Amino acid sequence: MATTNSPLQRILVWLTLILAALISLFPMYWLFVMALTPIGTIPPSEPYLVPSPFSLSNIERLLVGAKDYGRWAINSIVIAIVVTAWHTIFDTMSGYAFAKRKFPGRNVLFGLILSTLMIPPQVTLVPTYVVTRQLGLLESDPLITIGGFQLLSINSLAVILPGLAAVFGVFLMRQYIQTLPSELEDAARIDGCSEFQVFSNVILPLCVPAIAALSIFSFVRNWNDFLWPLIVLRKSINYTLTVGVAGLQGEFSTDYGIIFAGAALAALPMIIFFLMFQRYFIEGVRMGALKG
Amino acid sequence: MSKFIRQHGWSYLFILPTILTFSVFILLPVLASLVMSFGKYTFRDGLVPITPFYKNYVDAFTTQGGVFIGAIKNTLIYSIFTVTTNIFVGLILASLIQPLGKRLQNFFRAAYYLPAVTSAVVIGMTWRYIYNGQWGLANFILTKLGLITEPIRWISDPDIALGSVILSAMLTVPATAVVLFSAAMGAIPKEYYEAAELDGAGPVRKWWNITLPLIKSVTLYLVVLYTIASFEVFERVYTMIPSGVANATETIVTQVYQQGFVQFNYGVAAAQAFVLFLMIASVAVIQFRSLRSDVEY
Repeated sequence: MATTNSPLQRILVWLTLILAALISLFPMYWLFVMALTPIGTIPPSEPYLVPSPFSLSNIERLLVGAKDYGRWAINSIVIAIVVTAWHTIFDTMSGYAFAKRKFPGRNVLFGLILSTLMIPPQVTLVPTYVVTRQLGLLESDPLITIGGFQLLSINSLAVILPGLAAVFGVFLMRQYIQTLPSELEDAARIDGCSEFQVFSNVILPLCVPAIAALSIFSFVRNWNDFLWPLIVLRKSINYTLTVGVAGLQGEFSTDYGIIFAGAALAALPMIIFFLMFQRYFIEGVRMGALKG
Repeated sequence: MSKFIRQHGWSYLFILPTILTFSVFILLPVLASLVMSFGKYTFRDGLVPITPFYKNYVDAFTTQGGVFIGAIKNTLIYSIFTVTTNIFVGLILASLIQPLGKRLQNFFRAAYYLPAVTSAVVIGMTWRYIYNGQWGLANFILTKLGLITEPIRWISDPDIALGSVILSAMLTVPATAVVLFSAAMGAIPKEYYEAAELDGAGPVRKWWNITLPLIKSVTLYLVVLYTIASFEVFERVYTMIPSGVANATETIVTQVYQQGFVQFNYGVAAAQAFVLFLMIASVAVIQFRSLRSDVEY
């Protein structure tokens, strides 16, 4: 539909687009309205469409009632950052090797990785659970503490370690690096760069757009991850936000104010993150990194 | 040997971390899962053989009165409705924003994409309360519009609970589809449309005869992507209807979770996960078949 001519057609097009935007955003909007309306434990007679009166009391009650909420947020942040950092570094390295370097076994190894892409992650749940439990990763002792503040527990490793194995970034980086001209590398080698310098000084700077997409993808994915953390995280203090927030429904069954506040606060960081890096998100989808 | 290392050492070093994590957390678990699906695993005794060796695959379908068969059926119904709607809505919206200016295009794409960055847990919970029988948004709006007089028990009535879950997914704008369709449409050479205009083709004819055939491969890709995602539906159901309603909303993955991590029948859970794998693999095979006869431009 290159051009739409008649005014009636135009109006219909606009109505459709705006209606779709409303349908898309309204559930999120309503979640925040309910989170910011003091509904407490008495169910309202009808849903609020604007917060009336506007109040932060649900959030205050959430932070008192669900005392680990801040802890969940920290766990989510730490896990997502560690896994993302790993992928941005090592997926770029292996993506480069698979794209540009010739070595024995390259096609076999890459084919092997490729062939597992279709296997649903649910297939590995049981053996991975057995291994993490045998390794003692279901224990909740602190692993890294800074000045008495627990940064990472042993249990977090049960989420982090399998997270390091996602192979999508390898494909993304390989795909992207294949499009870079090889002359640059050759020139750098002639200038006396070591093989690592070729990677770090020539390839890496050219990969910034793909790395940006990959890190955003990885961060969102790990932040939103649910089924695996639900299986391995046992104690409230080790929960990630998704696991903790889903648990609010059971813990505060009819205290809707707390539940709404918990869900809205958990959604907020990703919404802000999206609004800040919108361009990279859309670019990432185009590169094939994101789904949703 | 030292020449080999000098020549290829860096290559292997570059892929080492990926290969290591891939082997330990993907390759080996997949193989282990296959083995475990033919045995009985307990943390006390380890893996012990069972007779017949395929017993878990029988149990997968018969345990608890065959709820897994119902779960597959639910998943397929969910899949058919959501994938069809998502692809269709994505196609229409991408087509409609195509003629708009850059800024407006970006605005709408962002509006459609925003909910997609939110965790499925939060989305599922939000819909749970949209569907609340007493004060939920859905009944409120339908009552105000005069469409219903009695409140609908969206997620507590087993006859319609699955329908409610499906509806919530159908009303989610398929963000990836919009972005990918609109990228594919943007890549179609303008000359094609200009030539068609010279022949007197209107917007609908141009869309039907030029746009649609040229975005066939992206359409297939999206169909597979959305089908796989819908086969794996879990969070939306688990948070919207945590304890289920008379098995009406069980899906394949809720069953895998239930068998593996509530009932601790690891072998049965592994068998059920492989059934999911076979379903996904067949969808992918069908896609590769159709892609072979694809039009390139």
